[in-house]
Amino acid sequence: MNKLATKEDVFARLKDGQVIMIGGFLNTGTPEALVDILIEQNIKNLTVIANDTAFLDKGIGKLVVNKQVARAIVSHIGTNPETGRQMNAGELEVDLIPQGTLAERIRCGGAGLGGVLTPTGVGTLVGEGKKQIISEGKTYLLELAIKADIALIKAWKADKYGNLVYNRAARNFNPLMAMAADFVIVEAEEILEVGSLDPDQVMTPGACVDMIIQG
Amino acid sequence: MVNPRELIAKRVARFFNAGELVNLGIGMPTAVANYIPASSGIMLHSENGFIGLGFTPLAGVMEKDVVNAGGAPVTMVPGAACFDSGQSFALIRGGHLAATVLGALEVDEKGNLANWMVPGKMVPGMGGAMDLVAGARTVIIAMEHTTKNGSPKILRKCSLPLTAVNEVDWIVTELGVMEVTKQGIVLRELAPGVSVQDIQSKTEATLIIPEIIGCMEP
Repeated sequence: MNKLATKEDVFARLKDGQVIMIGGFLNTGTPEALVDILIEQNIKNLTVIANDTAFLDKGIGKLVVNKQVARAIVSHIGTNPETGRQMNAGELEVDLIPQGTLAERIRCGGAGLGGVLTPTGVGTLVGEGKKQIISEGKTYLLELAIKADIALIKAWKADKYGNLVYNRAARNFNPLMAMAADFVIVEAEEILEVGSLDPDQVMTPGACVDMIIQG
Repeated sequence: MVNPRELIAKRVARFFNAGELVNLGIGMPTAVANYIPASSGIMLHSENGFIGLGFTPLAGVMEKDVVNAGGAPVTMVPGAACFDSGQSFALIRGGHLAATVLGALEVDEKGNLANWMVPGKMVPGMGGAMDLVAGARTVIIAMEHTTKNGSPKILRKCSLPLTAVNEVDWIVTELGVMEVTKQGIVLRELAPGVSVQDIQSKTEATLIIPEIIGCMEP
């Protein structure tokens, strides 16, 4: 099975108004070539789910600068002043979510779970309006699963079936997001024949991946 | 007089024991790593996805994709392990971290912490701070004792939006070391040349003064 795709194949999948998960943590592990396709096509009104909005000239930061994001669901925006500016001007809706809660909500989305109970955020603004559950004397917030139409993933190595290996700190949200979207597009630095990855090394099973492009 | 940041970082480093896993926040807490020798057996957790955070590499020898949670190039020590953000925060919330060291905008006598936003002024987002404070077994605040214009940061009650409720265990500043207890904030150590009166005059909360106060060794 060969999931190698062209830029045109990727274009055909992207539409205004989609909910898109994008892997990465600041400047590391973001599928920059896939983000550039979103920018080239000027896909608008996106809901982006990601750890952060990176920097002005990097990754998701470029989508914000180009005003393609209507809503950002992230844990941190402090490194990109344009996100804060658009948020204060009412041009961009920002949902700030504790990083561990964001990771678990995405994991739930890909794992068939409705949500998770976490102690994080109890007694803070994050807990307002959320259901609290007390178990064995400890208070937890019920945090619900999130899913996306598309996930854009950065891998170090991919075989043509889509089995993925990530490098060092570039793994971050990528394996979680690769499970939590209807359609999963991977940008890989190295594309290998099926059978060249040791099954014990595979971090995301190829069954989760729909398309691969060369990064 | 020792540089205040250096004094704070050196003192915080002495909280940890061999075999413990520790997370250092961005900013002043990062400096603590300079006083944790590789031979100490203390491992540092980096919330972007690994255990075994090492020193800043020499320019030109940075390893691809090896960065800290601030995006700056770092190294990994022998025995390092990489993982995804789910496992990284499972380690944090699951009680696997002996301690986390964070900066603060405000701390109060109930152990409440505010360090993630100033409404209308600065809204960077909480990143991993809320999980770290809720999950680490010991929460140590490393910060300058007052704001840049001299206002107290150790308060009776935090006024800014909270990061977590009742979670702070220790506060280390250039003036001393304080322990947050059920009764209030106990002064445990004073920096050289600092009196009880000095530290209390820069603290809004009333410090509990025990019979014996240690010296915060530089």
